[in-house]
Amino acid sequence: MSMQTNGREITMSEAINEAIREEMGRDENVVLWGEDVGAAGGVFKVTKGILDRFGPERVFDTPISEAGIVGLAVGAAMTGLRPVVEVMFGDFLTLAMDQLVNQAAKIHYMSGGTFRVPMVVRTTLGAGRRTAAQHSQSLHAWVAHIPGLKVVLPSSPYDAKGLLKTAIRDNNPVVFFEDKISYQRKGPVPDPDQDYTISFGQADVKREGSDLTIIATSSMVHMALTAASKLSEDGIQAEVIDPRTLVPLDSQTLIDSVKKTSRCIVVDQGYQSFGVTAEIAALVAEQAFYALDVPVRRLGAVDVPIPFSPSLEDLTIPTVESIVVLAHEMVAG
Amino acid sequence: MKTKGPKPSAEIGVEKLTDMYSQMVTIRLFEERVVELYRRAQIPGIAHVSIGQEAVPVGICNALRTNDYITSTHRGHAHCLAKGADITQMFAELFGKVTGYCRGKGGSMHIANPATGNLGANAIVGGSIPIATGAALSAKLRKTNQVAVCFFGDGALNQGVLLESMNFASIWRLPVIYVCENNQYGEYTPTKRVTAGDIEMRGKALDIRTAVADGMDVLAVYDAACEAVDHAKSGKGPSFLVMETYRFIGHGMSDVDRAYRTREEEQEWQRARDPIDRLRTTLIEEWRLKQSALDAISSGVAKQIDISVEAAQKAPLPAAEELMKHVYAD
Repeated sequence: MSMQTNGREITMSEAINEAIREEMGRDENVVLWGEDVGAAGGVFKVTKGILDRFGPERVFDTPISEAGIVGLAVGAAMTGLRPVVEVMFGDFLTLAMDQLVNQAAKIHYMSGGTFRVPMVVRTTLGAGRRTAAQHSQSLHAWVAHIPGLKVVLPSSPYDAKGLLKTAIRDNNPVVFFEDKISYQRKGPVPDPDQDYTISFGQADVKREGSDLTIIATSSMVHMALTAASKLSEDGIQAEVIDPRTLVPLDSQTLIDSVKKTSRCIVVDQGYQSFGVTAEIAALVAEQAFYALDVPVRRLGAVDVPIPFSPSLEDLTIPTVESIVVLAHEMVAG
Repeated sequence: MKTKGPKPSAEIGVEKLTDMYSQMVTIRLFEERVVELYRRAQIPGIAHVSIGQEAVPVGICNALRTNDYITSTHRGHAHCLAKGADITQMFAELFGKVTGYCRGKGGSMHIANPATGNLGANAIVGGSIPIATGAALSAKLRKTNQVAVCFFGDGALNQGVLLESMNFASIWRLPVIYVCENNQYGEYTPTKRVTAGDIEMRGKALDIRTAVADGMDVLAVYDAACEAVDHAKSGKGPSFLVMETYRFIGHGMSDVDRAYRTREEEQEWQRARDPIDRLRTTLIEEWRLKQSALDAISSGVAKQIDISVEAAQKAPLPAAEELMKHVYAD
């Protein structure tokens, strides 16, 4: 399924930058705005050089006005543009929630299908940068809860590029979550002249295994893959699956895997209560209950405001060790 | 910026004046019928009418072209009608019928119609303000010479997103017209009690061209709108128009005793400032139209409303398979 990559490796940040450039080159209605995305190239340098390439008619630095950033995108999307806007930190989505939840998500439905809202909100998730409670949350479950929004969580440069291109071409509002800690992670990506996209709603089996299924999202995929390598040394073959999009969710691939392995751990960086791990665990319980040898288990963020001190923050999100310990327990179970 | 020479309204002929009269009468009778149908439990849910405020939507929308955009509010029937909505499809939507503007999925507070540039009524106070601003940005980038009019009430003045949006419009000189319909009450609370300072200063503070007009005088509204449209279409950017107006009845259908204001105040506005009476007087005294000709307009509209209500009542409800359609666009 993957394209030939010719050994070229780029970072997640570069992959996202390429996706935006290619789509802006392909469709003049794609425009970009957000706080510091132009001249500065974004606080994480993800949009570096795009202003120079496409000019101030299509790339704008905005005031610090998240509701306005997202709300203007809704109006622009309804009238012929395809805005790609950045909300600098996922924590700031709270400021734009009315525009996302009550406006963008509902306009197509409320208007009886007459208006479409093709827009992408790029934002971040993830802890681990010592930035405390208002710059470290993973709030993707908030938007995944709302019908009308699509929610994407890439884990690799290859996936990020292909999924973002799909997001920009999609005729619906898409919230695209990038794990800050992954921006400098490198991976194979095809040359820029090879146009590829990744369809939404197609989970990717990142590693095959027969003893245990680990369903992991975003950077937790890498935790799961490292855990799977360690488990393999102990004779446990874990299958690692990345849903890649929460909405739409490829439940079939997840369920098929659990039916094969009989054990399932769900790992996600959002809060464990009422979140992504709960939803996927419920799905597994409903659709693969009789295949399970042991109850499905979850690893999410601890239900606490993310603390500043490294000694405390490191206790809040799932780790390779926590996955390994749980896997052993379940296989022994 | 004041227009030199005669005001735009001075150049309106009797035909267009009569048409504006007819539009206001249509809105008034439409809204009165909504109240009646609601009280007979024919309209589900909630509905907010704008009886008394007709001059604002009619004065503004007559200065616009069909492809200019508007956004509306929870009290939005008049905006939709003034921008050209069909009465039968409006009633069908209010009844929840599949033939309505939103296939029965939006209702009174969400009527949208691309064909007339209506980007939608909105049930979140202030919710449509950035949407209109974004439409203006889009028009500017696509170089279409369209303007976007954002209708909102005095209640939205105190929503933060108004400041954000007006700031965007000012720094980027967007072709958007913010029309504040100050009907003196935000739901059940007098505007003055909850709104600091002079309202127009909010536009001026952001370097936005600002004007205050008598929102009970359709020609004053029209003049203010024409100037704002010229300003926008000549690339000079946004305007903020404050329209002083009054809703003759309650906030919603359940607001019947209106304890927050006096009957004397209501009667004063209705007796002295009714926008339809005002234009009627102009048409009779200055244009020598006959009372009977104007009465004929009203009875014609009333008949059309009867026909529309009947057609909308006969239309089918959405079938169950409509439920999951349009959650996502293809």
